Amino acid sequence: MWLRQVKRYLRSKSRIIGSLGQPILYLFALGYGLGQVFARAGQGNYINFLSPGIIGMSILFTSMFNGVEMIWDRQFGFLKETMVAPVARFNIMFGRVLGGATVATIQGLIVFLLSFAAGFRLQTHNPALSILLTIMFMFLIALLFTALGTAIASVLTDFQGFQLIMSFVVMPTYFLSGAIFPLAGLPKIMEFVTHIDPLTYGVDGLRGALNSANHFSLGYDFGVLAVCTLISLFIGSYLFSKIQI
Amino acid sequence: MIQVSNLTKKFGDFTAVSNLSFKVPKGEIFAFLGPNGAGKSTTIKMLTTLLDPTSGKININGFDPSVNKHDVRKSFGIVFQDPSLDDELTAYENMHFHAVLYKTPREGLKERIRQLLEFVELWDKKNELVKNFSGGMKRRLEIARSFLHHPKIIFLDEPTLGLDPQTRNHMWKYIQDLNKKEQTTVFFTTHYMEEADRVAGRIAIIDHGRIVAEGTAAELKTKTNSQSLEDAFLQLTGKAIREESATSTDRMRGVFMRRGGRN
Repeated sequence: MWLRQVKRYLRSKSRIIGSLGQPILYLFALGYGLGQVFARAGQGNYINFLSPGIIGMSILFTSMFNGVEMIWDRQFGFLKETMVAPVARFNIMFGRVLGGATVATIQGLIVFLLSFAAGFRLQTHNPALSILLTIMFMFLIALLFTALGTAIASVLTDFQGFQLIMSFVVMPTYFLSGAIFPLAGLPKIMEFVTHIDPLTYGVDGLRGALNSANHFSLGYDFGVLAVCTLISLFIGSYLFSKIQI
Repeated sequence: MIQVSNLTKKFGDFTAVSNLSFKVPKGEIFAFLGPNGAGKSTTIKMLTTLLDPTSGKININGFDPSVNKHDVRKSFGIVFQDPSLDDELTAYENMHFHAVLYKTPREGLKERIRQLLEFVELWDKKNELVKNFSGGMKRRLEIARSFLHHPKIIFLDEPTLGLDPQTRNHMWKYIQDLNKKEQTTVFFTTHYMEEADRVAGRIAIIDHGRIVAEGTAAELKTKTNSQSLEDAFLQLTGKAIREESATSTDRMRGVFMRRGGRN
């Protein structure tokens, strides 16, 4: 199952390029467009601040999409093939999620490399450790949202709901995560909302790992992410086991 | 090999399958006929562990699907009404994926895949992506795949739907040959009566969730005093056209087509 997801990803070149377009756009348009304002407000280099956010965003989009992609499998019958196989449902679901998360992590790494072209620079004393931590956070974010996507896809029976997920789950998760703005000094309501958005901790973790600009502590970020991931895996596998075709 | 007694499935108020009982011995080719909405697919879903029955007993190869799901799943291969291949993988990869799912021993696996693909005449296309295959080729690949793990039973749910007569004939030849060679029990549904007449050892006709007649093609014809199985079928099930509500898959297909068929 894992291999299948990865193979599919590598096959669809247009999708790789297509899904890179958006982060690049954000990186350059926001990065250069708002960079001046950001610097004038005394917050320093916006590209350095923004890049982890955009990495988080592209992982979010890719992994969500990978999870929800299961709807296609369901509509076009492939899911049935796996459902009648003598394999525990949990293994199928976990293989899927792992594959999707791997793909999303690769995507995140590509965006990470691209961000250097936009002017991003590491600010850390120990680059190796920092990159290791980055990958770990990327993978956690990816795992969390692929599992969530799969959970959602287990409940939806057709693609009509996809748009709904995009506008009510994915976009808010992204915009309210502090991916594009600092968490400090927000109005109370916004502060509350950003604090319940799991991606906040993912992006913050990436920020901490890459240039020590984290708002929370790294351990806290990691803890919250790990707990959220476990919960969504649990919910995902429960809903997946309930699928009847 | 297959034993069903008093099988019933209700969806809310609607009874899709009502008090069904039948037996299929080992090595037999058994046809399961009925108009649309008669309960054929629901029965297959229950036999293949995709749906839990409301009441009644099922025994597949000595196992009960509600207790030993995995043992039952290992016992059969299935070709669904709709294709269930992964379009983004090649023919060989689809076969291999199936082998991994069913934990088929690695030893001799390549040889087995080669045999089966050669058998359905797809070996020279093994490295092509399935999305470039025609409907008939996909069906052949699915048949090859369903035999891969040496199942005791093969379920075929309208396997010949939408295929031309050439492909259909070929397909039945493969299935009959495999049935002889590997002593596989075959359980199939179809709307083509002549197909059932020609291929099936025994036939059950189901309507409104109940079996209305059972026996060999000849027996059914004698019983209803008709020339062909089609006449017999019409006599037993009436001539009214059945309405079936569109499934989510049908609706989905519509959307998919409108979007220009891109995944």
